[in-house]
Amino acid sequence: MTELWDGLVTALKLIISFDPEVMAIAGRSLAISATSSTLAALICLPLATVIHFNKFRGKRTLINIIQTMFSLPTVAVGLFVFVLFSSAGPIGGLDILFTPIVMVIGQVILISPIMLGLTISALSGVDKSIADTAVSLGASRFQMAAVTIREARFAVLAALIMGFGRAISEVGLSLMVGGNIQGFTRTITTAISLETSKGDLELALALGIILIVIALIINIVLNRIQQR
Amino acid sequence: MALIETLNIGQKYGGQDVLKDVSLDIEAGEVFALIGPTGAGKTTLLRLLDLLETPAAGSIRFDGRDVTANKSLRLKARRRMAFVLQKPVVFNMSVYDNVACGLKWRKEKEPALRQRVNQALELSGMAQYAKRNARTLSGGETQRVAIARALAIAPEVLFLDEPTANLDPVSTAKIEEVLAHIIAEGKTTVVMATHNMSQGQRLAGRIGVMMNGRLLQMGSPGDIFSTPGNKEVAEFVGVDNILSGVIVNRDEELVTIDVNGALIQAISDYPIGAEVHALIRPEDVTLALHKDASSARNTFEGSIAKTFPIGALVRVEVACGFPLFAVVTKRSAEDLDLAVDKKIYATFKATAVHIIKRWN
Repeated sequence: MTELWDGLVTALKLIISFDPEVMAIAGRSLAISATSSTLAALICLPLATVIHFNKFRGKRTLINIIQTMFSLPTVAVGLFVFVLFSSAGPIGGLDILFTPIVMVIGQVILISPIMLGLTISALSGVDKSIADTAVSLGASRFQMAAVTIREARFAVLAALIMGFGRAISEVGLSLMVGGNIQGFTRTITTAISLETSKGDLELALALGIILIVIALIINIVLNRIQQR
Repeated sequence: MALIETLNIGQKYGGQDVLKDVSLDIEAGEVFALIGPTGAGKTTLLRLLDLLETPAAGSIRFDGRDVTANKSLRLKARRRMAFVLQKPVVFNMSVYDNVACGLKWRKEKEPALRQRVNQALELSGMAQYAKRNARTLSGGETQRVAIARALAIAPEVLFLDEPTANLDPVSTAKIEEVLAHIIAEGKTTVVMATHNMSQGQRLAGRIGVMMNGRLLQMGSPGDIFSTPGNKEVAEFVGVDNILSGVIVNRDEELVTIDVNGALIQAISDYPIGAEVHALIRPEDVTLALHKDASSARNTFEGSIAKTFPIGALVRVEVACGFPLFAVVTKRSAEDLDLAVDKKIYATFKATAVHIIKRWN
């Protein structure tokens, strides 16, 4: 018990003193997840409006599939991306396995279903008359989609934040395709996993606390948004 | 050439016809009202005319060009029109920004934008609300924002779907005032749907009656009101007395109709033996306690079956071999001392009877 207590105290000291290694790992985690969230948002927002505003066969099925993929196992995506980018794989020639780039690609695949699915349901929550009104006032398809997203802005933002939350907290994918290389692809979650198995509880605890604080901040922001 | 021409347009929802074979020409500058009960297809027709939907059948021409299917032509044509929906929704932004939307989408630049938005707000009496979030407004105010939003783009055609349904009388009067102003300016073609016959009469130059997805009759408000083309239209425009009978005699254009044994005289071209409906507006029936020798051809002795007040008037049902409804002022109801079972003479002129052919 004292060991755990001492570990916690040391962990807090590491955070308060802005320990360079802790800060570097946390910063890298934020940077990778923010990049993948931004890329996923750039893909998912237009795609969600295309799916939402068009009638086509199998639309309901497509949305069901997207929703099923909300709980895509991170290791499954990891395996898929690993096979894709490994030197024997179809695009192994790019030689980007075990780099932050491939981690971003993996996270984009992982969080896109959540962002896409939640954005579609955010758009479905907007009164259909909003789109009719916009079109009747002379909006083009693009302008109509923009005003609908604007009406659903809080729910859409919540969808994007949910995606970011999944990206920053996943471990399996980052470990498999990032390789947990110190100073290069080591993130909060992969570091915690490694340090814990090494028995270095201080560092693991410090990073764990930071991750929980990030999760807390995300939750507070989400709550604020949803209350509007 | 009419501004809007439709040829046999129809629409289906879920395989079911909601609109069928509507051919309609709307001239630039006219005020056209679609009247009919709810579910008649008025909204669907407006949505097709505003190019919000594409028809399942038929074609639509706007300003001489076929806009039935061509996407870019439809957007261009749509940008010359505006549509105020039955239940208007406002965007979650200020009243000013709501009204500015249509102009921004047309890439209108300042200061013209500001000037036109303010003008529209002024006209609709919403200027003092410009900075308010539009979501905080009442129903009548929301309706006025919707109208201001439509007016800001200075549409050539303004579509209004039940502009005063579900509004209190004060808000209704305000909206009608704004509409009367637009109509008086004469620059805008107005097509409105209403289930309120008298609103159609007040505002429109021409009326089309819709029922069950079809356009049954078109004409001036006076025509529709006095000479409805069939039984359904007659019922809708408030003809209470629709009597079924057969023409049994004719003397030049004066015919005698047998209604359940009672003989009614009327003016008609139909031949002897024709099965007809005789339509008599209740306000054309006068009631008296004694039979008098007036020029009116039709006088029936009967007894009062029922009376009930409608506003400043009293509606009276007289049993005289057939049920006959009359409307009298409250004052004359008191003078006549109308009471159930009282003996009474009901009179109407032969020219007050409108004869239509029976179809079944």
